Order: sequence, then C-alpha cells, then structure tokens
Amino acid sequence: MKIRANFALVFNLDKCIGCHTCSVTCKNVWTNRKGVEYTWFNNVESKPGVGYPRHWEDQDQWNGGWVLKDGKLQLKSGSRARRLINIFMNPDLPEIDDYYEPFTFDYGHLQSSPLAEAAPTARPRSAITGERMDKIRWAPNWEDDLAGPFEERARDKNFTEVEKAVYAEFEHSFQLYLPRICNHCINPACVAACPSGAMYKREEDGIVLVDQNRCRSWRMCISSCPYKKVFYNWETGKAEKCTACYPRVESGLPTVCSESCVGRIRYNGVMLYDADRIGELAAVEDPQDLYEAQLEIFLDPNDPEVIAQARADGVPESWIEAARRSPIWKLAVEWRVAFPIHPEFRTLPMVWYVPPLSPVQTQIDQGALPTEADGAIPKVEALRTPMRYLANLLTAGKEEPIVLALKRMIAMRSYFRSLNVEGEKNTAVLDAVGLTEAQIHEMYQLMAIANYEDRFVIPTSHEELRHEDFHALQGQNGFTFGNEECSVSLPRLFPERRKKTVEVQFTREPQRLRKAG
Amino acid sequence: MDIDTFFFGIYPYIAGTVFLVGSLVRFEREQFGWKADSSQLLDRKTLRLGSNLFHVGILALFAGHFVGLLTPHGVFRSLGVSDLTHQVIAIGAGAVFGLTCMVGGVLLWRRRMFNPRIRAVTRFMDLVILDWLLVTLALGLATLPVSIGHALRGDASVMIALAEWAQSVVTFRADASLLAGVDPIFKIHLFFGMTVFLLFPFSRLVHIWSAPLTYLARPYQVVRAKYVRYR
Repeated sequence: MKIRANFALVFNLDKCIGCHTCSVTCKNVWTNRKGVEYTWFNNVESKPGVGYPRHWEDQDQWNGGWVLKDGKLQLKSGSRARRLINIFMNPDLPEIDDYYEPFTFDYGHLQSSPLAEAAPTARPRSAITGERMDKIRWAPNWEDDLAGPFEERARDKNFTEVEKAVYAEFEHSFQLYLPRICNHCINPACVAACPSGAMYKREEDGIVLVDQNRCRSWRMCISSCPYKKVFYNWETGKAEKCTACYPRVESGLPTVCSESCVGRIRYNGVMLYDADRIGELAAVEDPQDLYEAQLEIFLDPNDPEVIAQARADGVPESWIEAARRSPIWKLAVEWRVAFPIHPEFRTLPMVWYVPPLSPVQTQIDQGALPTEADGAIPKVEALRTPMRYLANLLTAGKEEPIVLALKRMIAMRSYFRSLNVEGEKNTAVLDAVGLTEAQIHEMYQLMAIANYEDRFVIPTSHEELRHEDFHALQGQNGFTFGNEECSVSLPRLFPERRKKTVEVQFTREPQRLRKAG
Repeated sequence: MDIDTFFFGIYPYIAGTVFLVGSLVRFEREQFGWKADSSQLLDRKTLRLGSNLFHVGILALFAGHFVGLLTPHGVFRSLGVSDLTHQVIAIGAGAVFGLTCMVGGVLLWRRRMFNPRIRAVTRFMDLVILDWLLVTLALGLATLPVSIGHALRGDASVMIALAEWAQSVVTFRADASLLAGVDPIFKIHLFFGMTVFLLFPFSRLVHIWSAPLTYLARPYQVVRAKYVRYR
C-alpha cells in the first residue's frame, strides 16, 4: 500500500442552473490571454448535445483515454512508438474549428461610424487573423439550453442504447447541464502521452500540471485526454490546462469556479488512495466494473491502518484530518450519490458528479405520473432523463448505481417533506434505500444547505516541507529578474547571479545590546 | 586570407560555435521558447502530407550527410563499398529524400505563406529558417547533375574531397584547399548548409535537440514531488 492524497471535486448536477458563472470567472482568471481565447478550462455543456469541443466523448474519433490490450493498459492512441511516428502530424488532434474560431467584435465602430439612417453594428472579427468573419457558426455553448436541431444534438454519445427518437418530441425532451473541468485523474492519459515528460501529477495533492518550460508542443496530451481538457495555446505553442487553481488550493481556498458557483453545486476535498493499485484497478476487464474499481482504490480515512500508512508515506497530518472530513468521501463513498465521469476511459477521474433529478411537476400535479406514497415526489422511473443516458455518462452504462443514488436523493426529499409538511417523520423511505436518519440529516446538511465550510474542506499545502531547512532560504527568494523563477533553481549551466543574503558583519556590538547585556 | 579559406576554413567554426554555444545558452536561459511551435491546431489539412514528407526527407538527408561525409574513407572500403558504389548510393538516396523533403517543404511553405491563420501566427524567423532550408535543399538538389556527371565518368574524387574536407573540419584540421577542385555549386550549398547551423539556435529548429526518444523507455506516469523526503 502506497498512500497518496488527491485533491478532488464533486459537482452536484441536480443543482446546476447552467449560469456559466464558473466558466466566466475561470476565463477571467486563467485564459483571457492571446492564444487561449478559444480555451475554456471550465465549460458548461447542455446535454444532450455534442459538447465542447464537438464530439469530445467519441473516442472512435479522437482516440483519447486508455484501452485494455491483451489485459494490459495502453493508451487508445496506440503504443509509444506510434505516437512518436505521428509526432510530425498528430492524426487525432482536433482543429480549432472543432472548438470554435475565437472572435471579438468591432466595438469601436459603434462610436466612430458617421451619422447614418441605420444604427451601426459591431460585426465579428477573428481573434486569430483579425479578419472579418462572415458569420459565427459555432461557439463553446452553442447548444445552450438545447439550442439547435435535435438531430445534431442527438449525435451525443450518451444516447448509446437509448431509443432516442422519442426524446426529439418536445413533450419528452430532457436536459441537464454538465459543467466540466480537468478531472485531475489518478491515471491521467495526458501525462502518459507526453513525449517530453513535461506533464506531471503532483505527488502531494494529485493536481495535474504542464511544465511550461519543458513542453515542446508535441501535442499528444491534447488528443490523448479523453475529456479534451488539455488545450494548445497557439500563441506560445505550449499545452495549457486547468490548474485546479493550485495557488488558491495551496492556501486552503476553493478553486475559482467552485468559489463563484452561485448554485453551490461544487464540493472540494481530499481523497486518500492506494497508488500501488492504480495499474490493477484501472485495468479491470469489464468497463462497467470501473466505477466500483475506483471506489475500491479510495482508502477509508477513518481506518487506523490507513492513517498509520498515510503518515508513513508522508501525508501531512492536516491532510489526513481533511480526508476524514472530506465532502467527497461522503458523497462518493459513504452515500454513493456521486459518480466519476466516463469511467470507461480508464483514467480514474477525480471530479465526480451527482446525477440530476428531473422532475415533471406539472404532470404530477395532474396526477398523471406515479409518485411516492406522499403523492408529491415522483418515482425515479418517472423522471424525464432516461436512466441509461445518465448511466452512459457516469457509470459506463450500469444503471443500478444511478437508480440507487437518485432514489436516495428522492428519499431525502420524502423524509424531510414528511418531517416538515406532515409533521411526522417517515423513516420507511430511508429503510427502502438503506440510509439511517443520522446519515440523511448529514446528507441534507451537505447537499441541500451546502454551507461553505462543509462544501470546501481544503488543507493548506505544507510549503515548509519543500526544504530540508526552510529557515536557510529566508530572504533569498522573492522578486527576481529575467527568466529566473521565484523558486529554488535546478543546477545551472552558468554561474548564478548572486542571490545569497549578505551576512552583515558587525564591527562592534551595537550599543543598545551591550547596555542591555 | 582568401575567400575560400574564410568560408571553408574559419566559417565552419563560427557556425559551429554559434550552433553549440547558442543552443546551450538558449536552453539554459530561454527554455520557454524552446519548442517545435506546431501550428497543427490552426490547420491540419496540408500538414499530413507536408509535414510528414518534409520531416522524413530532412531527417534522412541529415543522416545521409552525417554518415556519408564523416565516416572515414577506409571504413567504407573495408566494408566492401567501392567509391563508385558509395557515390551511386549517395546520389540515389539524396535524390529520393531530397525530392521528398522538397515536396513537403514546398507544401509547408505554401501553407505558411498563404493560409491566413498560419500567416497570422508566423514569426519572422519562422519564414527565414523555412526559406533558408528550402534554398539549401534546392542547391543540394542542383548538385545532383554534377554528381551524376562525375559518377558517369567513374570519378569519385569530388565526393572524396568533400568527405575529407568535412572530416578535416570536425577534427579541427580544417583545410579549405581540399575543396580547390570542387564545382562552385557544391561550395554554395556548403555555405548555405553551414549557415543553417548558424541560424539554428535562433529559430524553432532547436526542437530537434529535444527529439523525445527517451519517451520509448519512460514509465507512462510522471509524478513530481514538492516535499523533501527524509526517508
């Protein structure tokens, strides 16, 4: 057993209202620069839809993620040699039009146009060439709120084995929002595909990053990430991706997208996992077992044996404590209401999702739908969103865990409805889904009330552990000039600029000290 | 000092020094700019053919020049490769890969010049180095008729002179007089070729140093630790 901690998130899709605040705050913080205009580290998709970039879920097209070959894990894009052979032209790389051509508008024209009959317009211009664009044909949330013809959106991969024709009718349509960021996977395909070794997973918190100095623009990470969450900066020629806002997380703050989420759907926390079992558990035969396999890789932070081993493996005490209080652990493992996105990609993603209930309130009011005994809360079978669709998204098509999760969320509502409306608590609904009263109260607190302190349990990083003697470096770092980073540097080819603090030599003892002594 | 002594006795060392020291300095000081600078994201259509042909061609040409020019003459003889065979192989391989590279290079050049997106992200040095490589390549291809003429007459002396000159350069005994009887077209090609090395550290060519061959032997996952381990 080799224990590592991983920064993890849960998004509660049941509460996402698709306001894109997460995307906008993320954009303002991280990607409002030339070369990454088209890049959304965080984006929100309306499902069903083909998403951003188009058809990202279709690995027959992009060859992202992992596959089993003769029982062994291999990247879907083939062997290491195949990627090197394709290095001059990566056949699996999306083109910018698969995302969208970034654009801006001729705003200046609104002020500078001469007096005319018609009001002046601000026409679009390409952010790459600066040339006028005839028409904007696609953008990251082009399908927002089910925009566009159903035939187009129905090419969504999650419709596999769903009789989708019926959902084309307005009366039967369904929708959910899917906010997406980098999953900071336990078994990241992007890292495995990077020929120059510029991508890495941080041992301390599992955040996956790109070393900008070592990236050589071989662009294998972009195609190998099955979630298409590594992007190419066409200005710098380097790969960029969601950083899990590590400067914030290191200070114990939630990511910007989580902090700004108005629906309070995002949870940040820590999970402990067994790094020795990655190879084994990511390679279970049946893709439908991958969800359970990932549950198995997580370690119980309350188990004394786990705690002892975590200490031995160098996990700081504050992180073990945070793992014990982790909202992720409760949602994913204890209550089984959160699921990994597309576990069949075998990356063991660390952003998990609570599936959405999709109420059909008008029909319940008309008495046209089967409900729970209280007559107000619909049965899970009567929900709009087909179970198989959610299962294709979250459990490689296995419906039972999704159904149980939704039943538990409904039971929570039933129970609190009985408590608050009828004045007597109905514990039968809890027994039916295998939850205790204590659990349901905790679940209600975390999922319905969702206080800031409960949603975000983030231990600070231990900067002092970076140095053998952290006092030794006091006064030596900080603002530096030129190419040097503000950090302790690797051995250098050329003599370094003097950075050491000059020790002040007192020629005689300072007056005051002598007197005091 | 006559002009030949400068270009073939001293210039190789200027170019070589700038090449090596420049690469080191840039790697040391400016690694952020050390990259292949792919533009595939913006346009992939021409790239499948263009980039693959260009790269395969130029790598083969480099390997061919390296082995052909720098292998001591006696080694070929002892392997049973006569001078004439050597010359025929050099001409054949040079022609095939030279044309391969040229076709790819022209495709890339056309893309860089006339695709509006690629043009927009093109830096001055990108065009300089591509143009320079293509001119060098064209000059190299232009030596073929001369070489074929030599081969038809069974005369390998120019090839041997070129190889001996190259070996005299890399062994720090540069002797420009070895090129006395060589056609001017070879000399112009040599000058352009050496200048590629001179321009190398200032262009995107530096990505060649970083050819990721070690990837073949690397474990898939890369984990970096921040904390110092005392164990």
